[in-house]
Amino acid sequence: MSEGDQTAKRKDPESIYRNVIHEKFKPSIDRNLCIKCKRCVKECSFGALEWDDDGIRYKGNCVACQRCVATCPVKAIDIVHLPTQYPPHASYTERVRQAITAQATSGGVLLSSCGTDMPYGMIFDDLILDSAQVTNPSIDPLREEVETRTYVGRRTGKITLSSDGYITGSEATSPIVAMDMPLMIGHISLGAVSYNTQLALLQAAKNLHILAGSGEGGLHSDFFPFAENVIGEVASGRFGVTADYLQRTAAVEIKIGQGAKPGVGGHLPGEKVTELISSSRRIPLGTDALSPYPHHDIYSIEDLQQLIAALKESTEHRVPVGVKIAAVHNVGAIASGVVRAGADFITLDGFRGGTGSSPRVIRDHAGLPIEVATAVVDKRLTAEGLRNRITLIAGGSIRSSADMIKVIALGADVASVCTSALIAMGCQVCQSCHRGVCAWGITTQRPDLVSRLDPAIGAARVTRLYTAWNEELKEVLGAMGIDAVESLVGNRDRLRYFGPNPKIAEVMGVKHVGEGWG
Amino acid sequence: MALNSEVRKAIAEGSKRIIIDGVMGQRYIGSAAKAKDLYVAIKGTPGNDLGAFLDGPTIEVFGNAQDMTGNTMSSGRIVVHGNAWDVTGLSLRGGRILVRGSSGFRVGIHMKEFGKERPAIVIGGTTGDYLGEYMAGGNILVLGEGVPEGESPVGSFIGTGIHGGSIYVRGKVEKHQLGMGASISDLGAEDVKLLDELITDFENAFNVKVERDWSKFTKIKPLSSRPFTGRFDSTAIWN
Ligand code: SF4
Ligand code: SF4
Repeated sequence: MSEGDQTAKRKDPESIYRNVIHEKFKPSIDRNLCIKCKRCVKECSFGALEWDDDGIRYKGNCVACQRCVATCPVKAIDIVHLPTQYPPHASYTERVRQAITAQATSGGVLLSSCGTDMPYGMIFDDLILDSAQVTNPSIDPLREEVETRTYVGRRTGKITLSSDGYITGSEATSPIVAMDMPLMIGHISLGAVSYNTQLALLQAAKNLHILAGSGEGGLHSDFFPFAENVIGEVASGRFGVTADYLQRTAAVEIKIGQGAKPGVGGHLPGEKVTELISSSRRIPLGTDALSPYPHHDIYSIEDLQQLIAALKESTEHRVPVGVKIAAVHNVGAIASGVVRAGADFITLDGFRGGTGSSPRVIRDHAGLPIEVATAVVDKRLTAEGLRNRITLIAGGSIRSSADMIKVIALGADVASVCTSALIAMGCQVCQSCHRGVCAWGITTQRPDLVSRLDPAIGAARVTRLYTAWNEELKEVLGAMGIDAVESLVGNRDRLRYFGPNPKIAEVMGVKHVGEGWG
Repeated sequence: MALNSEVRKAIAEGSKRIIIDGVMGQRYIGSAAKAKDLYVAIKGTPGNDLGAFLDGPTIEVFGNAQDMTGNTMSSGRIVVHGNAWDVTGLSLRGGRILVRGSSGFRVGIHMKEFGKERPAIVIGGTTGDYLGEYMAGGNILVLGEGVPEGESPVGSFIGTGIHGGSIYVRGKVEKHQLGMGASISDLGAEDVKLLDELITDFENAFNVKVERDWSKFTKIKPLSSRPFTGRFDSTAIWN
């Protein structure tokens, strides 16, 4: 130990406790390959690397975001998982002990971001899709049209019949919005993410003819040209919620809850409230942007009904008004109340849903998996004769086209995605968004980092990703012998459960593998 | 709602003065109306969410208003000659709400300000609990008219989570009435100037006189614009 270290130790007698919070990752630099260009030092926004006279030195705090790996011109860097071991213990895991150590040091509420990384297991991975054989022929989507067009809004309409019983016309009697695929980009606010990121997401939504959520930060005036692809969120902080905003967007959504933090408000730290964010949220520079835990005008279903009606009045009944709720234990009854309160669509957010910042204790321990929530809500609304009134949007850990297909079969009309769009733009799910220094320029407001994401490239990548998912959806629909995605909605008979807990299958209304039709 | 479509039609046709007589609890009147020079007079009792999302017009109520008057209003003016019940001026972002009588619980929750946009609420009588909770900007003034000496015109949990703006109360406010993050401070010259302007506006709106004894006013302001700094721990923890 050097003399410097010893002095530091005397000055900070608690450092020995903190030091047992292990470094989990470390960049390993091949000194033979390294050309000493120092690029990695610049790229690492977490301050993990520095230039020492004779080379690159690792200072600590690597979050394995892969930025240095991806930008090193000679591929000299690997991120290695450190071998340091805690004495093994199955209940006092490393995670548990690290959390205790951190809080004994800070006395603070632990924060994290992204969806929970707890190893709960994905029910999606325990569900298997059906395919058509002999008795119901499959369809070749390359030769035949497989319809993926999807509508968001209240499902009411009028059909006119001729005197001899033929349909002569049909029209929707409530506002609906059409999308080219049963997928939307979820709510990610300007503030949580950078200007370039939101621009890329909105451009992708436009390219794909789908909707994207505004998040709770309002809509920056530069993004008005995308308004017809935007669901404008009305969250408890009411940031950016103006008459103009409401009347411009394609749909309006009241955010009651978020899957990653059900029941918890929002907290955008003052560091992220830059000039851009302060002007779009209409709050002073550098103050915390706080969203109250509940909406203080909604303490009941009756109050919710009132805000829904106020929004419909304010938009002259021209756009669908929906409600986003976090999936919680009583979600079936809550959803039923929300429909009765007049919502035109419901967005369900499962407990693995992403977040730019959430208390760990909530992110990791509260809520309901989206698979179960979707099935339960679909069943409940169907039983009460309400399901056909609304569009059901489900999100929170839809990772692939397979998840999208499964959530639709479980009962959703639309799958909502966020994390996959960010991964398409470089995100490595390092769970550090709340620190505001995302090395990929996504969840940050620091100008030098924001400029790392080229919005045009980002938009193109997101567009390609979901175009591919929609093609895969067509493949699967064809294989099932279904020619329109609408016929898959809530079609749980095309799923089988192949997991460890048949009770889950029973709750979802899904048969076990091996059980046939009927 | 039929009433609202009539109002909207009149606005669309360019009416600048609309008088609605015999109002009996109709909700959402004037919601999201935007014409700056529009004046709407309401005789009777409008229902909840009067002037929600209002952005410019003036609404004057000759009677009592109910809950959520001026909900998430951006600019404009709402003048109530009677009382306005709970949640007046929720998330007010700009403009002004003047109430001649009293208001209920949760007044001015999460008001905010930006640049020159400084919303204000003036209540002539009293308010209930949770006044100015989560307040992020703007000004609330409670005049406490008719409240006996020694009694407080406001309730408990004043300014819980407040991180911007100020609340002024004429009359007694005790420390135990304050919520987390709020503190009592002295009036400065700036405050007196602001109060004088707000009171003058109130006097003109209702044709009344309000005594200006500044020693009777209490100012409540945030302890910090970042009330939760230090509350969180960002340590990276992995499986
Ligand atoms: S850039 Fe990312 S992966 Fe590389 S050292 Fe920094 S934190 Fe670790
Ligand atoms: S957005 Fe950035 S900080 Fe957040 S998880 Fe992805 S790479 Fe990490």
